Amino acid sequence: MKILVGVKRVLDYNVKARVKADKSGIELANVKMSMNPFDEIAVEEALRLKEAGHAEEVVVLSIGQTQSQETIRTGLAMGADRGILIETDDLLEPLAIAKLFKHVVEKESPGMVVLGKQAIDDDSNQTAQMLSALTGMSQATFASKVEVDGDHLNVTREVDAGLETIRVKSPAVISTDLRLNEPRYAKLPNIMKAKKKPLEVIAVADTGVDVSSGLSVVEVNEPPEREAGVIVGNVAELVDKLRNEAKVI
Amino acid sequence: MSILILAEHEGGEIRPATLNVVAAAKAIGGDISLLVAGLNASSVAEAAAKIDGVAKVLHCDDAAYEHELAENLSALVVSIAEGYSHILFAATAAGKNVMPRVAALLDVSGISDITDVVSEDTFIRPIYAGNAMATVKSADKVKVVGVRTTAFDAVADSGGSAGVETVAAVAANDQVSFVGQELSKSDRPELTSAEIVISGGRGMQSGDNFVMIDEIAAKLNAAVGASRAAVDAGFVPNEYQVGQTGKVVAPNLYIAVGISGAIQHLAGMKDSKVIVAINKDEEAPIFQVADYGLVADLFDALPELSKALDG
Repeated sequence: MKILVGVKRVLDYNVKARVKADKSGIELANVKMSMNPFDEIAVEEALRLKEAGHAEEVVVLSIGQTQSQETIRTGLAMGADRGILIETDDLLEPLAIAKLFKHVVEKESPGMVVLGKQAIDDDSNQTAQMLSALTGMSQATFASKVEVDGDHLNVTREVDAGLETIRVKSPAVISTDLRLNEPRYAKLPNIMKAKKKPLEVIAVADTGVDVSSGLSVVEVNEPPEREAGVIVGNVAELVDKLRNEAKVI
Repeated sequence: MSILILAEHEGGEIRPATLNVVAAAKAIGGDISLLVAGLNASSVAEAAAKIDGVAKVLHCDDAAYEHELAENLSALVVSIAEGYSHILFAATAAGKNVMPRVAALLDVSGISDITDVVSEDTFIRPIYAGNAMATVKSADKVKVVGVRTTAFDAVADSGGSAGVETVAAVAANDQVSFVGQELSKSDRPELTSAEIVISGGRGMQSGDNFVMIDEIAAKLNAAVGASRAAVDAGFVPNEYQVGQTGKVVAPNLYIAVGISGAIQHLAGMKDSKVIVAINKDEEAPIFQVADYGLVADLFDALPELSKALDG
């Protein structure tokens, strides 16, 4: 089986997002960018499945600017076998991303696609579900455990009230939740090796996929600020304020 | 305009989240239809008909909908989607599982997690863990939307008198099946709809120490939450997690104990009405969003707080 993994280059999770002065979006020039944390979990899961003998090849796919090659190299340094970049300077909506993934799925015929459940930039949480809907591959989102059982997967999912297990037939699209695994760090020799692994770059236009979107961003604003609070001296004062000032207990 | 909402229910009752979604639908304006899909869910359909503002309930009873499987629910929604200008879902684990499929099958963009309705085609949604608010406008023929439930005050679950119509089931997908679930049992209110939430962070040092939080929660009838750090450290299960990658809460009172206040955590609670922070590090970022801050060792403060609540 071949596993296809999606990796997105996003603002590093430790960097605070700043809204651009013209309100057109977030300032991304000269800030640290990294692989979306959920995608690191996705790469790790694919590698573990390969190491357990369930897969022969792990392919990482990114869609974005030319710098996304760095993100793909990170995946290759973790242990993935080869990379594909579909290059675009546009910020594409999840629907367009899912269509481009479908295009690659049709060429590569993976037995499994593993995606992060959400990217920490647009927080959409849509692409895996859309890819499943568009391809007919089974859907197993928010996975905290994936077990291969012949041509089926038993997937434990994080739901609001606890955990749920579903059984899906391969090929399937998995989206990763936080507790699925703890991603490995790429070791220096592997980082060097990753530079020699194959990385194919395709222009969006060459895929023939319609990436137009009905959704446009009108503007981006700072969230409302909370007014500064007070520091109380002790527990008694806190309880008094909550009872008599805020009246919340 | 005509709005379709996928109602959520469990154990024969409508989930509170659905009442928030109806509120968002009212903000958009138009006739509101509620789809109740389930097995032996007639009582749910009847309850749905009483929800304030609902004009019509569409009831589909079939084994395919017993377990909220995304493939089956999305196929059903799409089968009746014709004619609706908006299709709304709660941004819950169940709603997020289905909404993007419906959008993709209708070949339109999904609009995740809206917190405000500007007009029938323009919505506000948080991005970057709530560090920015995007105003987005949809030109699609049908707007497929996920609603952040904490951003809309629930409508009343009574006062309505909608008619109930039966709709036909769509053949179940044979590639997926439900195996089982392990739901956490708690006497406490549900995290996302509780009036008061008390959360513990890495500062709690162990899962055992959450007993101190539980004790106070019991006295305040509060739900118990946690930061991602506390979940990652294995103190408490993931369903306790409040934050960008967990649950979003906006209670009347949020008490953060031993939580430093990483932006990912703030994303899940900063819309709470009153925020209390208890932390021994006075530099902790949580104090910047707190209405009341107490710089103290939580192992002293929690027992004291518990005692003070008895008085």
